[in-house]
Amino acid sequence: MRASVLPEGLDTFPKLLARNATQWADVPAYREKEYGIWQSWNWAEVHEEVNALAMGYVALGLNEGDYVAIIGRNRPYLYWAMLAAQAAGGIPVPLYQEANAEEMAYVLEHSGARFIIAEDQEQVDKVLEIQDQLPNVTQIIYFDKRGMRKYEHTHLNAYSDVQAEGRAGHARLAPVLKERQARLDENSTCVMLYTSGTTGKPKGVVLSNTNIIASARASSEFDNLNAGDSVLAYLPMAWVGDFIFSIGQSCWTGFCVACPESPQTMQADLREIGPSYFFAPPRFFEGLLTNVMIRIEDASPMKKKLFHKYMAHAKKVGPDLLDGKPVSFGDKLKYKIGDLLIYGPLKNTLGLSKVRVGYTAGEAIGPEIFEFYRSLGINLKQLYGQTEASVFITQQPDGEVRADTVGVPSPGVELKIADNGEVYYRSAGTFVEYYKNPESTADTKDPEGWVATGDAGFIEESSGHLRIIDRAKDVGKMADGSMFAPKFVENKLKFYPDILEAVVFGAGRENCVAFINIDLGAVGNWAERNNIAYASYQELAGHPQVYDTIQSHIEEVNKSVARDEMLSGCQIHRFLVLHKELDPDDGEMTRTRKVRRKLVGEKFNDLVAALYDGSGSIYTETEVTYEDGRKGAISATLELRDVAVVPVKGEVAA
Amino acid sequence: MSDGYVTPDGRTIGGKVLEMQNITLRFGGVVAIKDISFDIREGEIRAIIGPNGAGKSSMLNVINGFYHPQEGQILFHGEVRKPMKPYQIAKQGIARTFQNIALFKGMSTLDNIMTGRFNHMKTNIISQMIWQGPAAREEAENREIVEKVIDFLEIQAIRKTPVGALPYGLQKRVELGRALAAQPKLLLLDEPMAGMNVEEKEDMSRFILDVNDEFGTTIALIEHDMGVVMDISDRVVVMDYGKKIGDGTPDEVRNNQAVIDAYLGVDHG
Repeated sequence: MRASVLPEGLDTFPKLLARNATQWADVPAYREKEYGIWQSWNWAEVHEEVNALAMGYVALGLNEGDYVAIIGRNRPYLYWAMLAAQAAGGIPVPLYQEANAEEMAYVLEHSGARFIIAEDQEQVDKVLEIQDQLPNVTQIIYFDKRGMRKYEHTHLNAYSDVQAEGRAGHARLAPVLKERQARLDENSTCVMLYTSGTTGKPKGVVLSNTNIIASARASSEFDNLNAGDSVLAYLPMAWVGDFIFSIGQSCWTGFCVACPESPQTMQADLREIGPSYFFAPPRFFEGLLTNVMIRIEDASPMKKKLFHKYMAHAKKVGPDLLDGKPVSFGDKLKYKIGDLLIYGPLKNTLGLSKVRVGYTAGEAIGPEIFEFYRSLGINLKQLYGQTEASVFITQQPDGEVRADTVGVPSPGVELKIADNGEVYYRSAGTFVEYYKNPESTADTKDPEGWVATGDAGFIEESSGHLRIIDRAKDVGKMADGSMFAPKFVENKLKFYPDILEAVVFGAGRENCVAFINIDLGAVGNWAERNNIAYASYQELAGHPQVYDTIQSHIEEVNKSVARDEMLSGCQIHRFLVLHKELDPDDGEMTRTRKVRRKLVGEKFNDLVAALYDGSGSIYTETEVTYEDGRKGAISATLELRDVAVVPVKGEVAA
Repeated sequence: MSDGYVTPDGRTIGGKVLEMQNITLRFGGVVAIKDISFDIREGEIRAIIGPNGAGKSSMLNVINGFYHPQEGQILFHGEVRKPMKPYQIAKQGIARTFQNIALFKGMSTLDNIMTGRFNHMKTNIISQMIWQGPAAREEAENREIVEKVIDFLEIQAIRKTPVGALPYGLQKRVELGRALAAQPKLLLLDEPMAGMNVEEKEDMSRFILDVNDEFGTTIALIEHDMGVVMDISDRVVVMDYGKKIGDGTPDEVRNNQAVIDAYLGVDHG
């Protein structure tokens, strides 16, 4: 057994919480906007709330080692529900709140959760719908009482009632908590998080206290996070990143976690909170930039001119200033003026003026997008991680930030690259096992603790930074034996604001073809400015001028792909613009919005076939699932287009 | 059934809140409503349906005090109601929404809903201008109620958006919000789902049911969409050409021959 990597007395979350309640009693721990006002709870209050709930759990019969499922959006109460599960000796299992009943059934059944903490009636309804498949569930606790009065309450309790019962039984229950907590240590399971399942069923990743706390500690030290920092918690609670940021790092450093008023108000809440530590996936930054550009297009000529003039300057010197490289006095002065006129107000509008440490991860981010934020003086960096690593595998240190790498190994992480190019890592954050799945565990983690990431990459010799090429599973061969890396091409396509998603096919084929999803915001605005009328997403997606634009983007990408010797075969020969947006509700994407390539290929196999048989248009019908789970069908006649490709050496022109 | 009844889903419906007795309303020679009687009971969702021009909106305007019927009387909590101005009726705890949205387009959602609290504000204009003590306190109290309505209707994201810039479905929701802010005992909804798509209709139905469930508000609504009406109401009055042709539970009404004829037409062959 490895020697403990955690300091004495800080190796479980109940202990961390107790420390915070004394050390930072008055420091705000959680905030939430409700009824238009930011409510806040300090660490002492959070400690009390969590204990009350934990005692309530015990009163309701929660045993040590029981799994407690948590379903809902980011709310302080649900974070406390997770901390309370740990405090009562249980194991929290957060679920994706958007998951439909069927998806939820799998995770609930697989984890064998006995308690379910549901945010509101909607989530309770989903659980009740599938309760026949869930013999283990003994209690459902809901937070929002609205609409719940008429339900049969034998196994249903309100969150506040459970807390009240816990408080009332304090004398009897507090010693039970104490005993249970004394039995917890660094090896106890901290949390179980389900992977989003890009391929196949989700897997339950068991993470110990050591995994989470060591990872939180190392990453907090890496960026000097402290009790004065703040974050906005808006990404799904079931995602490992949110658990590390909003529970792990927050409990370790004592910083404040703010929860938005509703998912739709996130942008406004971001502006009001002005977090100093911020994480968002690339699509968030892309969307934000697209919005900025749309609004600039609509601004007065004077403002437009000013914006472009100073943004050009920011592009020139902004990143250097951020990295502390020498910049001439004149340039510095001009940047100051730009900051006063443009960058400052813009950052303020975006809610990013106070960001000291910003991260993006999950997908590749477009170099222009990345540069845009950095040139404004926002310290945006990249990291590379996964659930199995308790997030952090590599991250970029200040001053070594680039768009095309994912950084150096995080403190305490060892990296190695296998012969086939797959990246392996080993660290204190490395997961314990996949729950009830020893075969997958053995496939992923070898006896020495090395974990396969499933991604292909290499370490750049000059800088020591890791660069990711593609999902190892996706990298394949084309018919002529040349390398096929779809993600590489897709990412290049997605860097265009007009393109929301792209799916490239070509494994085992003569050439590559692509499905395109347009970005309704960007393309819709363009249509408005050019007086192009459209009635629906489908109509806009099929518009000939939209096709022209997309075609020109693809031709640009082909030129860029052709320059890469290894991957020049991945140029796109034909494409179509899909008549519907790829959607997690239809299973085409994971809940974290990663495209399920194989499923898309199968579902739209008629379209793939048409792209390869040379036809000019195709009629198709697609089943769609509405938000409430009902199904419908949409039909469309799609145009298929050829794209110019750059001839590659050795290829005979047809 | 003089003292209420129990609905199939187990809610207890109380006594008569409002009773219309032999109401006839004429505009010159045109008879808009002809000798109609029905009642609205405490806690129920009561729908008035009928084809175009049946006199549904006129009926709502009579309840609301905007029109005064030439014949018949209205009993409010068992007492005959004198002809009143709409604002007096509003003070009795009756609030409504309109078929063609009647919001202040240039004002924000928040301000529009605040106007629903107008009847509950007691400080005078001078003290409101000085904005100290009672006036500020009163505003804060009313704002709290309004914020609860905003939370209830899940429109936090548009709190500060000018209403004119909102899509139609949301404007309808804001209008419902303004009516709710008055904390009415009886809520009148004039075609709350007109012009909405399926999803918006479902949302609105949910809100209507929730209002009734959460606040015990009695609701009278006019609606075109038969499916929606049958799903959410406890009892339905059917009107055609100013006359009442049916009254009862959705099932009773659905099987009523006169109603079927009015909606599907009569075979004159």
